[in-house]
Amino acid sequence: MIGIVDYGMGNLFSVSKALERMNVPYFISSEQETLAGADGLLLPGVGSFHDAMNILQETRLAQFLKAQAVSGKPLLGICLGMQLLFDSSEENGKTAGLGLLKGNVVKFPDSNLKVPHMGWNKLRFQQASPLLTNVPEEFVYFVHSYYVKLASEDTLIASSNYGVTVPAVVGEGNVFGTQFHPEKSSEVGITILQNFVQLVEGVRV
Amino acid sequence: MLTKRIIPCLDVKDGRVVKGIQFVGLRDAGDPVELATFYDREGADELVFLDISASHEGRQTMVDVVRNVAATLAIPFTVGGGINSLEDMKRILRAGADKVSLNTAALLNPEVITEGANYFGSQCIVVAIDAKYDEGLGSWRVFTHGGRNATDWEVTAWAKEAVLRGAGEILLTSMDSDGEKSGFNLALTKAVSSAVSVPVIASGGAGSADHFYDAFEEGKADAALAASIFHYKETSVAEVKSYLKARGVAVR
Repeated sequence: MIGIVDYGMGNLFSVSKALERMNVPYFISSEQETLAGADGLLLPGVGSFHDAMNILQETRLAQFLKAQAVSGKPLLGICLGMQLLFDSSEENGKTAGLGLLKGNVVKFPDSNLKVPHMGWNKLRFQQASPLLTNVPEEFVYFVHSYYVKLASEDTLIASSNYGVTVPAVVGEGNVFGTQFHPEKSSEVGITILQNFVQLVEGVRV
Repeated sequence: MLTKRIIPCLDVKDGRVVKGIQFVGLRDAGDPVELATFYDREGADELVFLDISASHEGRQTMVDVVRNVAATLAIPFTVGGGINSLEDMKRILRAGADKVSLNTAALLNPEVITEGANYFGSQCIVVAIDAKYDEGLGSWRVFTHGGRNATDWEVTAWAKEAVLRGAGEILLTSMDSDGEKSGFNLALTKAVSSAVSVPVIASGGAGSADHFYDAFEEGKADAALAASIFHYKETSVAEVKSYLKARGVAVR
């Protein structure tokens, strides 16, 4: 069973619809006791890093998510949800993140490229990962104005190029993130979600 | 490399797709879900649904359409038409749409852009602009109510204002070109795309694949939208994309 973390930020609907299409059992909750019962957690999110972290701190979901990740439960952050996994962000002033992965969220450098980075961009694989099983190096759908500067290339699973190298899939141990929206990335994205679900089931067994 | 997006637009009235759609092989060409799936398979990068229902009942039905499309489609889609308030946005986005498009409401009450952006994030908020060339102004003037009422806004000034207030994308329709099939309005598209930092979708005037090429190369558009040429099968999303690819434009 997948638990979608509802902390009041952003669009939970598209990711839950994707799980429904895949016939994957899930629930949406903001309660720690309920979420603790999930075999794997999905952390979605759109909007501002600062606001999201404030809510996660106030509701003590931040501590809970850290403890769950440390206990070995698979966790997948999507878009802002991925950025929240890192040490900090410079969006609306410096804000500390969950610190489960090493790196900082920074604004795209000034260039003639449009921000947000919005649309379909190609994945380039950087290392093997269970999330990439049967996934082609194809296009996925991004929408974001900040990107992660990784402290170490070790966490980089796949990247895209948008003036800078944008970490697109990251992960270490049981903690994963996608900067793009797998639920909106046609078959490529659905395969990645399926791989996460398989990984969750593997851990449970 | 970020690709240029091709976006078919479907007019929906009381839960059915309208405006003469000629598809062969589809059981029911008026079904939004079936058409959305068709365009998805053809390689559409996104879809726009324009709710042209006149009645409250029609608008309620649109929420069901959004729910059904979201349950089937794994590409982003935007819903526009008759969205006036944060409550309207919540209804549509909670049913599974990825973005809402604001037009007249944004001009009458620009604060609604900010409310939406604060609540859902800028990436959910598209501001649609209908513009027409105005000799006296020496530029394009912005219109409301489906092009019926003139405003005081010059198009690039309004586009900048909309972005400042939180719009994450601009859907720009040239009223001069719309329905003419003689190509997108390149000067207008370029003017707006150069004026704002967010992506601009060119709309109005698509008649053939090379018009899309011009919109991207000369108009500097990030995406291009069309309705009738796709609906009437004058060309297809797949054809447009293979044409663009052959001419060196990055497409999915």
